[in-house]
Amino acid sequence: MDLDFWLPLFFASAMGLALLIYVILDGYDLGIGLLLPLANEHDKDLMIASIGPFWDANETWIVLGIGILLIAFPQAHGQILTTMYIPVTLMLMGLILRGIAFDFRAKAVSHRKRMWNAIFSTGSLITASAQGWMLGTYITGLGHGGLNYLFSVLIAVTLPALYILLGAAWLLIKTEGALFDRALVWAQRAILPMGFALLLVSIATPLVSQAIAAKWFTFPDGLKLLPIPLLSTALYTSLLWLLFDQRALRQPGKEWLLFGGLIALCLLAGLGLAYSILPDIIIGKMTIWESASSTDSLLFTFWGTAIVLPAIIAYTFFVYRIFSGKTTTLTYE
Amino acid sequence: MFDIDPFILARAQFAANISFHILFPSITIGLGWILLFFRLRYTMTGDTHWENAYHFWVKIFALSFAIGVVSGITMSFQFGTNWPGFMERTGNISGPLLGYEVLTAFFLEATFLGVMLFGKNRVSNKVHLLACSLVAIGTTLSAFWILSLNSWMQTPTGYVIEDGVFYVDSWLAIIFNPSFPYRLAHMLIASMLTAAFLVLGISAWRMRMKVDGPATAKVFKAMTVIAMIFAPLQVFVGDLHGLNTFEHQPAKVAAIEGVWETHSGVGFTLFGFPDEETRTTRFALEIPYAASLILTHDINGEIRGLNEFEGEHPPVAIVFWSFRVMVGIGMLMILVAWWSGWQLFRRKQKPGVWLLRAASWMTFSGWVAVLAGWYVTEIGRQPWIVQGLLTSAEVVADHSSGIMLSTFTGYMALYVFILISYIATLRYMATKPAASLMAMNQVPGQSTQPIAAARG
Repeated sequence: MDLDFWLPLFFASAMGLALLIYVILDGYDLGIGLLLPLANEHDKDLMIASIGPFWDANETWIVLGIGILLIAFPQAHGQILTTMYIPVTLMLMGLILRGIAFDFRAKAVSHRKRMWNAIFSTGSLITASAQGWMLGTYITGLGHGGLNYLFSVLIAVTLPALYILLGAAWLLIKTEGALFDRALVWAQRAILPMGFALLLVSIATPLVSQAIAAKWFTFPDGLKLLPIPLLSTALYTSLLWLLFDQRALRQPGKEWLLFGGLIALCLLAGLGLAYSILPDIIIGKMTIWESASSTDSLLFTFWGTAIVLPAIIAYTFFVYRIFSGKTTTLTYE
Repeated sequence: MFDIDPFILARAQFAANISFHILFPSITIGLGWILLFFRLRYTMTGDTHWENAYHFWVKIFALSFAIGVVSGITMSFQFGTNWPGFMERTGNISGPLLGYEVLTAFFLEATFLGVMLFGKNRVSNKVHLLACSLVAIGTTLSAFWILSLNSWMQTPTGYVIEDGVFYVDSWLAIIFNPSFPYRLAHMLIASMLTAAFLVLGISAWRMRMKVDGPATAKVFKAMTVIAMIFAPLQVFVGDLHGLNTFEHQPAKVAAIEGVWETHSGVGFTLFGFPDEETRTTRFALEIPYAASLILTHDINGEIRGLNEFEGEHPPVAIVFWSFRVMVGIGMLMILVAWWSGWQLFRRKQKPGVWLLRAASWMTFSGWVAVLAGWYVTEIGRQPWIVQGLLTSAEVVADHSSGIMLSTFTGYMALYVFILISYIATLRYMATKPAASLMAMNQVPGQSTQPIAAARG
């Protein structure tokens, strides 16, 4: 066992997994925030109640993801975060606004509720766009200049679309009746722009990053990547059918199909990204081994992670089970 | 653009963030255990007043917790955005400690908070009690790891340095570094006091407004007992912590005491204005020999002065004054706690008007003391970020002043807004009669009414 080689790889995978889980879980929270202005007063309450028990823990996954970057790859952590100083700051402010609005909203005088709703949505929008911008900056290898900015803006628009879709898919699982119908309509409206945006991002990625282009278009290694776009296209097509045909989704016990499909889509996108980036941690500048902490430190954290991470996943499932089923009144009772 | 040193701005921004953040954990660490106590009392006695108390305070807990989480996330990013050099140089040590905080504490709190807040109807009383315990344990574990790292920065042990990068020599020596036990005890007690006085103060406020329910008096009594025990204990622990600092960080103590020149038989300056220009403390009011007695247990003991740390000591005035504010509040806490105890238990009376006034004035006293205490220890460590080994200036990020200033302004505006909203919400909840609070237990959810036609 060559620990020097394997430990950074393990932590890179753990970081990727944590961030992927973050995008899916907090993605639906943020999506709810983005959809909130479209709903009527009563539905707003329901939508927020549907994420009440979960959002706090969902948000924690980004702390773990960034935490691993900081623990395992301190050299890269400083560079990445200082380069992304502005989008990171914006994202943090968005997260702060979204988080406090959730709690103030439940306790505020009723005429203030409208203000907190607006803050909740604004915070969600700032967070989602800033995260897209960060992802864009990261894929360009922390590059500056016109084309790179354009690419970052493109992803800053794409990610909220994905979050909206996740939010609507979550509502299909957690609600019924009129709100369920409306969530279906929201999902129908979001899926085409999101698909188009994903396509654009896929086309643009090799254009802005020579490192990635080299990986994609060398023969025969590029062929390894082929299953990802093929599977994604098939998956996306079946999601379109699910949404516009509606029959499958409307069967009781089948409302999770859209959310499940989106998870699979995120997983494929994550794998594609991982393949394109690894073994680099800053594309074209630094590998995971160059930026890793000392092996002693990694080993110390490894044991903790190996023991605790399964426990976290287990009790997360436990809590999701407690709050499973359609959303009803949330009370502090 | 403004010509302010980006280093000063990075420090100011981080200080603002960390100050804002600590307000909320200092409430939730203590309040988590207090809530568990309410739940246990109810479970054991069946007295619904404790349950009502739990319901009232769990809402304030949830709000405080959420603000603590979001400001904490901001901090975890600011290590990288403001002090990239810190992680690059000490990452092998500070990384895992922060990592263990996220892994063992952060997830535990965040996940079970949902069950604690919204799960009472969905789980058994046992499981709910377990969730409350796990949240309380989680907040305390957070403090454990964070204070371990902070203590290591103050009294570093168990490391080796190669090419300017820190490597681990012994994890045990790092985690349980010399100042850690004192600092952890000091902070946990501080949090207990902060929470107890918040609950005591708001209960007193409710009695004064005549909106209290029968639960309020019970809670007031319980908090009195907590404060009577912990306030004197804090003085004792604080003293031990001070002696530990005297041993490891003499420059910090010299600034606390305003000792300009090394000498023996040093007095304790009660009051004065330290002036670094003239290296004197103006208008000093001294208790002769007291500082030597406290720190060396000998009235003629020698205390090293700031002259020995030329160019390597913290700014004196702010450390000097923060220390006196902290100690002053501590004394006030003892006074109010024992006054309340004397009235409630010796004279067996209801709390009088003046006691209620004093208690409500003390509502946020814990905040002031906690901030002052952290200023003493953190500013007192300057110019070092890791005592004696690494300076703050060495690890700062090179952002332009303009960017730093605009983000700093943004954060400040946000924090002021949140703080005002927080206090306003607490006031609003405190002035609502107990009966109408029951209605507030409804977090908006589903009604059974058919939904009106959709608005597009």
